[in-house]
Amino acid sequence: MTRFKAILMVCALAGSTACVTPGLAAQATVKVEPASVNGPRPLAEQTAQAAIRDYLESWQSLSAALNENRADLLNADFVGDARDKLAQAIRDQSQMAVTTHYQDRSHDVQIIFYSPEGLSIELTDTVDYDVEVLDHDKHIGTRHMHARYLVVLTPSELRWRVRVLQAEAS
Amino acid sequence: MRGGWAILLGSVAGIAAQPVMAQSGEMSVPATVAAGSAFSIETTGSGQGTLYIAGLGQVIRKDVELGKTAWFAAGSLYNAGRYVVILAANGNSETGTLDTGALDVVPQNNPADLSFLAKPSRLPIGLHDGITGAVYVFDAYKNLITAPTPVAFALSGPSGASQTRTVTTKDGAAWTAMDSTAKQGTDKFQARDGEIASTRVIGQVPGDPCGLTMIAKADGDKVSLATDPVRDCSGNAVPDGTIVTFTETYGNAQSTVDVPLKRDIASVEMPAHNGATISVASGVILGNQIRWGK
Repeated sequence: MTRFKAILMVCALAGSTACVTPGLAAQATVKVEPASVNGPRPLAEQTAQAAIRDYLESWQSLSAALNENRADLLNADFVGDARDKLAQAIRDQSQMAVTTHYQDRSHDVQIIFYSPEGLSIELTDTVDYDVEVLDHDKHIGTRHMHARYLVVLTPSELRWRVRVLQAEAS
Repeated sequence: MRGGWAILLGSVAGIAAQPVMAQSGEMSVPATVAAGSAFSIETTGSGQGTLYIAGLGQVIRKDVELGKTAWFAAGSLYNAGRYVVILAANGNSETGTLDTGALDVVPQNNPADLSFLAKPSRLPIGLHDGITGAVYVFDAYKNLITAPTPVAFALSGPSGASQTRTVTTKDGAAWTAMDSTAKQGTDKFQARDGEIASTRVIGQVPGDPCGLTMIAKADGDKVSLATDPVRDCSGNAVPDGTIVTFTETYGNAQSTVDVPLKRDIASVEMPAHNGATISVASGVILGNQIRWGK
């Protein structure tokens, strides 16, 4: 079981929308706001949980992919433009022997749109995370970031995959 | 932010204290940059440094001369999102960070692409809110345009009549629902934002049969049964191949024949039993009933 599955299970069992992951300091806290859906299609709780679980897991993929400069690690969780843009960042990094390490600290997630035909879910995630930049494996610097991300997910055979991942201007 | 040259006085056991000049510098990062626009980052200090701009869409490294302005040409940074900016002194290791900042690359305001999700591709006529469409609006760099922008939806049928609705996007998305029209045929469902449009074709097929009627004629020891042309409630011909079921009940016996519509009509011959009851149906639609003979 992945850590985010565990988080969501803890949320469900506690009957709460705010969850703090126990144990390891490196794990992110996750808060799931009640959905505020713009659209006529009812959002089943199972669907919402699956979309949020898959989205949160995508942060692990992007972190690993950017840390190791391996675009193939994106394939399970990203599709379309989101995957293309992350892959470009990895290409940029590879050409310069730069790597970046993303460590998410907290997520505050809310589903805001479920398209009427059921082919996309849009959510917002206010994320606190750290970005470390390394050049030829040498630490260059780290900065804490806080951003509200707009995320569009589309269903695939087995899971929801991220099609748009874009931080808004503060 | 830090400024000027800092003088660090350090001492190592057995070595007399010596002044060490630690390189320093600051930068002034624009809060936002429109996707694809030229921009600059001013630096202070002196000597050589390196600027790193890293985000989830692009990563840039640029050698800079501290104290001067670093220019980034149009098209350098175009994927929208938040970027970490780090100014580092060349040649240092753990202490190489001179300054950090963040900048937001924001989407252009001009739509260049619509992602138009429409469903279904085929449906019966006359369904209220039976056709739905959702649109995400993107700029030329495939950035989701999050500023509200009006999207015009139009559904036009073969007769030219159309339904139109304008919806303003919220967080980059807009949706609508429209009724399927009363006429069968191919409709065009279009979403438009400015000069950018995306069209989907929606097939509208007749609804369920309406007022199913058959007539019977004697044909020797058979009875010849045929429906009137089968129409839906809007007068559209129900597609050929639609199954019509004839049922003959005589005493305790019952025989049933399924016949596909051919040229709008279903026909069959069944045994002519005096006193038999013959009924016709298609799906959940029940037609008339005939009592044969006496």
